[in-house]
Amino acid sequence: MGILDKEFTESNIVITKFDDLMNWARLSSLWQMTFGLACCAIEMMATSASHYDFDRFGVIPRPSPRQADIIIISGTVTLKMALRIKRLYEQMPEPKYIISMGSCANCGGPYWNHGYHVLKGVDRIIPVDVYVPGCPPRPEALLEGLLKLQEKIRNQSLVKKPV
Amino acid sequence: MEMLTEFGKILVFFFLAIIFVALAFTVNRIIRPARPTKEKLLTYECGENPIGSPWIKFNVRFYVVALIFLLFDVEITLLIPWALVYKEFGVYGFIVGFLFLFILMLGMLYEWRKGDLDWVKPEVKPKDLKTVLEEFEKEYGKI
Repeated sequence: MGILDKEFTESNIVITKFDDLMNWARLSSLWQMTFGLACCAIEMMATSASHYDFDRFGVIPRPSPRQADIIIISGTVTLKMALRIKRLYEQMPEPKYIISMGSCANCGGPYWNHGYHVLKGVDRIIPVDVYVPGCPPRPEALLEGLLKLQEKIRNQSLVKKPV
Repeated sequence: MEMLTEFGKILVFFFLAIIFVALAFTVNRIIRPARPTKEKLLTYECGENPIGSPWIKFNVRFYVVALIFLLFDVEITLLIPWALVYKEFGVYGFIVGFLFLFILMLGMLYEWRKGDLDWVKPEVKPKDLKTVLEEFEKEYGKI
């Protein structure tokens, strides 16, 4: 078990500085798992391409979950796919983050009422960090979601917060 | 520094490289989160259940196909600089270039003659109804 797995009760300068370094490293190289589900994936590809340039935030698509830090659930999560998503998420190494992109992944979207084949929100199987609304969200919205995730990572700490 | 020969410096670099890598691995091991689970250690098959052995047999004829591909790949790579300076060399360049193509074409003809481009398909014998029924019963029980 590594140091990053531990929780400290008391804060000191070493831990906070270490936190800062680790968080900075994590948030500026969020390697993304190449994973597209539906029409949102087209917007995600547009975000990765030169015009919106996901790469400037350190988001590089990786071919395997072993190398990935974030997985963007971009599209409709059918029940069949949900099992695969769950496994892919399990196969990613810690720390791992999830951006749920678009109405379908957030809550089922247009399939909310009558979609017998759609999971009503990907957060029923995996813990989502950031929800990006939209159907599909524009690339700017996805970028905003990523910035929110970076903000979240920036505030992480190894120190256990008092309850 | 005068004690070190030029090869001595390389030796120092060699040891430094080993120490650097060893150090990086050790630091990684100390600080990284390690939470192995059964699911995580499973073979990655794009989220599917891994089935069967990864040691499968490829048809050996792919070797020849790959070899031929490599040959013509190199041919194209060599022809691009030739095409760039083609105008400067005029007729001489034309002749030399086509001599090169001709030699490769001879190789191609040789392969063709040898039958490396023919893909032998397995012969499928149609089964009669009796065998089909027998196989079905063997698999799924009496009809």
